[in-house]
Amino acid sequence: MGISVLLARDAGGRVFLALLVLVGVFLPALHLLLPETSPLHISAYTLTLIGKYLCYGLLALAVDLVWGFGGILSLGHGAFFALGGYAMGMHMMRQIGDRGVYGNPLLPDFMVFLNWTELPWYWLGFDRFWFAALMVLLVPGSLAFVFGWLAFRSRVTGVYLSIITQALTYALMLAFFRNEMGFGGNNGLTDFKDLLGFSLQADGTRVFLFVTTALCLALAYVACRFVVSSKLGRVVVAVRDAESRTRFIGYRVEWFKLWIFVFSAVLSGIAGALYVPQVGIINPGEFSPLNSLELVIWVAVGGRATLYGAVLGAILVNYSKTVFTAILPEVWLFALGALFVLVTLFLPHGLIGLMSQRRGERA
Amino acid sequence: MTGAHVLTTNPAGPASATDGVADPRLDTTHGPILYLEDITVSFDGFRALNQLTLYINDGELRCIIGPNGAGKTTMMDVITGKTRPDRGTAFFGQIIDLLELDEPAIAQAGIGRKFQKPSVFEELSVFENLELAMRTDKRTWPTLFAKLNGQQRDDIEDVLHTIGLPEQRRQRAGSLSHGQKQWLEIGMLLMQRPKLLLVDEPVAGMTHQETERTAELLLSLAGKHSVVVVEHDMEFVRSIARKVTVLHEGSVLTEGSMDEVQQDQRVIEVYLGA
Repeated sequence: MGISVLLARDAGGRVFLALLVLVGVFLPALHLLLPETSPLHISAYTLTLIGKYLCYGLLALAVDLVWGFGGILSLGHGAFFALGGYAMGMHMMRQIGDRGVYGNPLLPDFMVFLNWTELPWYWLGFDRFWFAALMVLLVPGSLAFVFGWLAFRSRVTGVYLSIITQALTYALMLAFFRNEMGFGGNNGLTDFKDLLGFSLQADGTRVFLFVTTALCLALAYVACRFVVSSKLGRVVVAVRDAESRTRFIGYRVEWFKLWIFVFSAVLSGIAGALYVPQVGIINPGEFSPLNSLELVIWVAVGGRATLYGAVLGAILVNYSKTVFTAILPEVWLFALGALFVLVTLFLPHGLIGLMSQRRGERA
Repeated sequence: MTGAHVLTTNPAGPASATDGVADPRLDTTHGPILYLEDITVSFDGFRALNQLTLYINDGELRCIIGPNGAGKTTMMDVITGKTRPDRGTAFFGQIIDLLELDEPAIAQAGIGRKFQKPSVFEELSVFENLELAMRTDKRTWPTLFAKLNGQQRDDIEDVLHTIGLPEQRRQRAGSLSHGQKQWLEIGMLLMQRPKLLLVDEPVAGMTHQETERTAELLLSLAGKHSVVVVEHDMEFVRSIARKVTVLHEGSVLTEGSMDEVQQDQRVIEVYLGA
């Protein structure tokens, strides 16, 4: 199915992609071309902030795929995001080389600080970008594969599955907090200098990362739309609505769940890998169960099973978070909780559902 | 509502769409397509099936009746792999051991099941429901890139006409009437092209008119397929049955034509609670 055929039936998706192209072209242009004195100038800070939102949007897209379409309420998707982020972080750590505080050409600073003399085996290869990029896909993907295989084969569903996904991300958080794990413990990985030889502080690099993020989000959207429009997408919806019925017409339900779960984990890993160079740090806090809960709220706010709704939800909630935590930091969590309750009670189809209701059509 | 559409029961029929396609290992040369022998299933000490022995012949239309709790649904669960018996053997043809297979494998071997409660995929369209049920490669990657070819489209069209829902093809299955959902489910069975159809209470909740059409449809399927119908509605059973099996407390009480069965003293006792 060509992209044009795919999008011909997806009016919301066309609007979404058009907006994404506008954002991806105009914001960098406003940043690069206008003088700083101009009221329309976009600062590097704002550009990076929006880049961060787009990463969250990609993560929300991944969650919508498993939850909205597959009915698998994963409360641990933050773990896949963080693993992708760590893989990219490890690459940039090794790129620092002897420019660290201790000047060790091989070991990152925190290892020197721990009196380690050798690079652990799992850090080998991360000095090469292609290897790190591969790990960004493989590590979250393999974890999702093993975890999903065990869970889906044992027919763990519903709230039990949600609880063990929470446990998964919590266990990883505790593990990554330990210094002995060799991932920088509490502080995580930071003080990155450059990526592929370009300084992370440079304007051009920031713009490049921003545009790459927008592009990845657009490609991921098209890929997800392809998946949900395919027969596999319909089987996944069938599993969501009547799992045992799907089994009785001859589909191995656990493989379909596993497929969509792994695909979604890989997308989350990519989101994490794009996130880390833009924010400049990755630490175990990203594994926090709270993060994974939050991103389910983004999807619920935007509208489940719409794909673009999830991205919209992620951007809106995070924008509000930025505003709220600047003005009234102590109120934010209450606001977030209230938002979730309100959306669940009054907007079961999220903001997108509200919009299409206004236009008098079904979401 | 449904009055406008006539179920086509043309016996010459759209052969390509609904003919059973057997697993190559399916061997029915000895007559029976289904062998259940000595099947026992217990739930917490309660014997749902008690040394049940039952044979279904190739091409036969068999009705199974029995009071509530006689083990009719449990028997279907055993055949389709949902429940594992404590004891006994279940063979599909001579060679295929059903107790070694799981639900999807049994479905792909050629046994289709229609549930008591109509269970269609409500969010998908009528057409898509049939498309998913269609006999084809059901692994993940082939499913991702699956495209309908002309033959497959024709097959779906044929079944849409057979079940009398050609006008509703784009409609969401959840918005169909109760009777239409039952037919759609039978249509999904046909798309699987099974050799053996297990049909659990097909006319529950149907109007008289709908019941009659369903009877015609099931009768037209027998011969090309083996059909096992579990039903409470005696009038309906009488209208389709050639051979009736009465289950009671997990085993076969008696077998025979409807008239023989209805005059059997034990059957009368079981049903009237002597």
